[in-house]
Amino acid sequence: MSGASAKPATQPATQPAAGRAGVIVGVDVGGTYTDVFALDEATGRVRVAKVPTSRPDQSAGLLAGLAAATDGAAEVASLVHGSTVGTNALLERKGARTGVITTQGFRDVLEMRRRDRPQTWGLWGGFEPVAPRDLRLEVAERTLADGTILEPVDLAEVEAAARTLLERGAEACAIVFINAYANPANERAALDVVRRIWPNAYVEISSAVLPEIREFERASTTAINAYLQPVVSRYIATLESGLGAGGFAGELMIVQSNGGVMSAETARLRPVRTALSGPAAGVIAAAHIAVAAGHPNVITGDVGGTSFDVSLIASGRAALSAQTSIGFGMVVRSPMIEITTIGAGGGSIARIDRGGLLQIGPESAGSDPGPACYGGGSPHATVTDANVLLGRINAERPIGGKLARLDRDAAARAIETHVGKPLGLDLLAAAEAMLRVANSNMAGAIRLVSIERGHDPARFALMPFGGGGPLHAGALIRDVGLARALVPRFPGITSALGCTIADMRHDFVQTFNALLDEIALDRVMAESARAHAAGAALIARAGVLMEGIETRIEFDMSYVGQTHTVAVPVPSGTDATPGARLTRALVRDCFEATYRAAYGQLLDRIPVRILNLRTAVIGRRPKFDLSLLAPASGLTLDAARTGSRPVHAEGRWHEAVVYNRLALPAGTAIRGPAVLEQPDATIWIDPDMQASVDRLGNVLIERAQT
Amino acid sequence: MLDSVTLAVLKGRLEQIADEMDATLFRAAFSPIIAEAHDAAHGLYHPETGETMVQGKSGLPIFVGVMSFAVRAVIEKFGNTLKDGDVVIFNDPYLGGTHVSDMRLVRPYFRDGRLLCYLGSVAHWHDIGGPVPGNYNPKATEIWQEGVLIPPMRLYAAGELREDVVDLLCANSRLPRSAYGDLMGQVQALGVGARRLDDLVAEYGGAVVADSFLALKARASRQMRSLIAELPDGTYTVEDHLDNDGGEDIALKIALDLTISGETMRLDFSRSAAPCAGPLGIAYATSASACYVALKHIFNDVPANSGVLEPISVVIPDTTMLNVGPPHPTGGYTETIMRIIDLLFVVFAQFAPHRCNAMAYGATNSLALSGRRGGREGPFWILFSFFGGGHPGNPLRDGLNHGNAPVSTATIPPVEIFEAQTPVLFRQWALRPDSGGAGRHRGGLGAIYEIEILEPGGADVTLSGERARHPPQGVLGGGPAAPTRFYWHGPDGGWCDPPLGSKVAGVKIRQGQRVRLETPGGGGYGPPAERDPAAIARDVALGYVSPERAAADYGVALPAQAASRAQEKAR
Repeated sequence: MSGASAKPATQPATQPAAGRAGVIVGVDVGGTYTDVFALDEATGRVRVAKVPTSRPDQSAGLLAGLAAATDGAAEVASLVHGSTVGTNALLERKGARTGVITTQGFRDVLEMRRRDRPQTWGLWGGFEPVAPRDLRLEVAERTLADGTILEPVDLAEVEAAARTLLERGAEACAIVFINAYANPANERAALDVVRRIWPNAYVEISSAVLPEIREFERASTTAINAYLQPVVSRYIATLESGLGAGGFAGELMIVQSNGGVMSAETARLRPVRTALSGPAAGVIAAAHIAVAAGHPNVITGDVGGTSFDVSLIASGRAALSAQTSIGFGMVVRSPMIEITTIGAGGGSIARIDRGGLLQIGPESAGSDPGPACYGGGSPHATVTDANVLLGRINAERPIGGKLARLDRDAAARAIETHVGKPLGLDLLAAAEAMLRVANSNMAGAIRLVSIERGHDPARFALMPFGGGGPLHAGALIRDVGLARALVPRFPGITSALGCTIADMRHDFVQTFNALLDEIALDRVMAESARAHAAGAALIARAGVLMEGIETRIEFDMSYVGQTHTVAVPVPSGTDATPGARLTRALVRDCFEATYRAAYGQLLDRIPVRILNLRTAVIGRRPKFDLSLLAPASGLTLDAARTGSRPVHAEGRWHEAVVYNRLALPAGTAIRGPAVLEQPDATIWIDPDMQASVDRLGNVLIERAQT
Repeated sequence: MLDSVTLAVLKGRLEQIADEMDATLFRAAFSPIIAEAHDAAHGLYHPETGETMVQGKSGLPIFVGVMSFAVRAVIEKFGNTLKDGDVVIFNDPYLGGTHVSDMRLVRPYFRDGRLLCYLGSVAHWHDIGGPVPGNYNPKATEIWQEGVLIPPMRLYAAGELREDVVDLLCANSRLPRSAYGDLMGQVQALGVGARRLDDLVAEYGGAVVADSFLALKARASRQMRSLIAELPDGTYTVEDHLDNDGGEDIALKIALDLTISGETMRLDFSRSAAPCAGPLGIAYATSASACYVALKHIFNDVPANSGVLEPISVVIPDTTMLNVGPPHPTGGYTETIMRIIDLLFVVFAQFAPHRCNAMAYGATNSLALSGRRGGREGPFWILFSFFGGGHPGNPLRDGLNHGNAPVSTATIPPVEIFEAQTPVLFRQWALRPDSGGAGRHRGGLGAIYEIEILEPGGADVTLSGERARHPPQGVLGGGPAAPTRFYWHGPDGGWCDPPLGSKVAGVKIRQGQRVRLETPGGGGYGPPAERDPAAIARDVALGYVSPERAAADYGVALPAQAASRAQEKAR
């Protein structure tokens, strides 16, 4: 590995030093703000900070936020980091110059994708792979689908290819051979050769990154990993040295897209797993808060500047998806918290289409030029402008602290021009119309993850977060028929909080592609034991306090002839010997239960196939007690009241009482219309809603009893 | 009168209902053509005219237009006799467009005794009888040589499933279980649509929802009219050719005379070739729908609503191969509609160059390799796929390399899935250098697929292709793409190529022998002389264009280093 490390790479996991029970810090670096959540476990003291994100070096902003929320890095026992360094490098195409060495005849796999196109309508889209064609070289070798080596790899060609890549300026190298999932021998032999001459550690083989069938997805994931390795490694080195200079001697961990954390050391090897690091932490926090609050079924709704991110948590567990694409053709296949994104955020722009219909988004004003109310001459009428005009956002005290005040008149002018006049609506009706369409779009995304996947929204609470999420809670409760909304204590820093409670997690996959009746179960068990040992070793090396290790086993299975597989969880035996009790009958029972739940009926007499084995090794980190965040005793509703202001809703003005949200006592109830303000978010309680504060300080919004 | 804000909200809700019907079938489907390639569609259709009011976004683009013809056919046959709980099924392509493989289900949706709309589902079944498994018969001269023809008939009568109809359908498929599974998936999708519509009507009232249908159509029409009004009046003419009909090697002309007059557009195909014997003729419904697909690619903001077609007249006499009736086969419809779409793309160059692009690769090149495992009594295996090609050079950039057909959003299975499921070995899966048309913006590259047979019994080879004789054209001075090329190993071990260029049947190859398919790129956009020299140098350095072709097409002498890198691809 390159880069300076602030600490030895290995420490015994079994002896967590008593001194490490100190301050736990979660840091989420977003596009605009870096959020810090710091908890002193000894005293129960919580501090939060929101500072501008620094660019291009995010570590400067992180260190500034850390200084604002702690008494110095030296007191920090562990720092868990949701990072967008990898995501940004992908989106902005600022990764390393990456070479690919591949099987003769297949240099274009990465560029040919799965023969798709960026948009359904219009053939004007383009695509640039992360490795350009002159950095994708072929060598003689071939493995068959059953793992037979048809042709051993020509190591002289491998060495020549590697030297050519270096001459052409490649910094990282991905080795991807066809059918390497079935037998990695040729890839491993090639790796040995390349490692000998490659000047750094940024060389990896596809069978190590993703030993799963489907060459494009495996090649893409492996190449993107290589593309990110130098960038993420350098970032971690810079961060570690900055932290070290401040006296930091704790553990640095990075949040993965699967919602678990990994050591900084693993993050350098597998940066591809950080592709959705930031959003994942928010969902993990939501799951923990939801369970603690006694509402384990929630749908999270994160309203950002350009997007609305939705995910579903059933019985306290977030849904995972097998892969995602960071932009067109940039497929990352690695378990990810399933997040559905639509282009509906505070910055989403209102316009009237040629048919005369009001559209909100997906175009966004972003933060530059931003909504009209940000001033500076931005011409766009956005969702935030409507919220300002209708009095739901306090124009005099915008959240985040970047702007001193918001320009209400500019918001009014933009809405008048782009919505009011073209539709023949007065100004306030136009602003309400904008929110109605925006809320309807958001409601559509919630229906997509709930109703369309067989979940009854009446059994779910909405957990809005992000600075703007709680403004839309009432409308979404009504539109979708949700039970209630649960607004966490710090909606604007939920992701940072999530960092501090995420478990460690390592996912492994191996393709078998065999009939259930014929598969060698001892091989499956051996593979699962190997994955368990590897995961447990990674967790041990991180040297972090753990409550225990859990291993989950899942098979991707189908009836023979079907295209789609179902993910079939099976009981995983004991922690030490996962999979030890696997029998064909047990696996079949598990498959049939899953299949019946998904499709209603079984297909008797068609043989069943196991495509992949998936093993997740989870190191349970101790959770802090959320009651540490609860409102203090002795607070009163009257004292929390800070005034009132007119808010427009349902076609008329209402005088809404305004409260300081963090000063509200537990157990209190507030009838809408009301506004609850706090530094990181604004909560709007519609006239037909009521709010209550639970013992942990969460705000519950429900339909008012009449 | 419905206010525009409520209408905007209802539009989103209706689109979501159609999307959810799509998703329901994709999950439940057995046929990989539905589950993986999404060769299916769902929507809501007008109660009197059958016009498409909403179609799901994940469905196959060509069905947006086709399904309105299908629903109209049901209305014409059954009139007012359909009852709540009835579902009509049929695959007659002369009534409902496309080909016999596409099974259509139409369900009337009643609310308070009043017909509010129809729900429709169409999906490509894996096998519906006929002489060729999978129904692609390049030698067909009658529709009965493609599969079983089902006229519109009740599948459900007042909520009761007619088991005898199901038995008839399954008895006529080589894959009865797949047919049954896909049929039930379509029925479930219609059920989901009806339930979601129940919720919407409960929330807004049947009258408001019915009003929204009219209003959405009117707005779609207004939107299209305003787009046409911006185009200069006049008549514009283009033509292109299909290679042949798979029987006789005679080119088939497709000609378009497009007239803009104020807010209206007339698409006249009268000068096209007479009906042919082979399966490249198509029904009027298919031709009109292909025009819609092209227009939606050109004006991609217009909604999936028949109102878009209101200001457009499509003229196709039944003396042409674009308006055939019984008993003409229609199985090769995918090739013919791509020619119609390509013509619309390039005709815009004559009056709205900012909206035009060159022709896309324009050929599905459906290749089937099949045989038996372990000897003559062994089980069948079959590798069947559509293959990709280059996208057109366009005003923004060079065409996309290796894209899918404009009529589809299907992806191709990966090599490793083909190799795990069938006894083949891919020797090459690569971009095809020099296949994109030269131009200011070069056409995207097609591909080379070279496949070796591992099975001792060898394999039968069938290709339903196009574009071997008439390559995709460039536009505004851009050059043509490379044509389709197909080869197989003959008995003496040398390469053979097909007498008909792009259509092959009855060829057998042995174990260890190969077939090789080279697909077209996209046509070029703008004069090659206007291409950025840096882009030409990059093309050569990356091997997209050979040094020889760079010199010929662009008159460019190469830097030595670029030329040497280009040699790598010639291994």
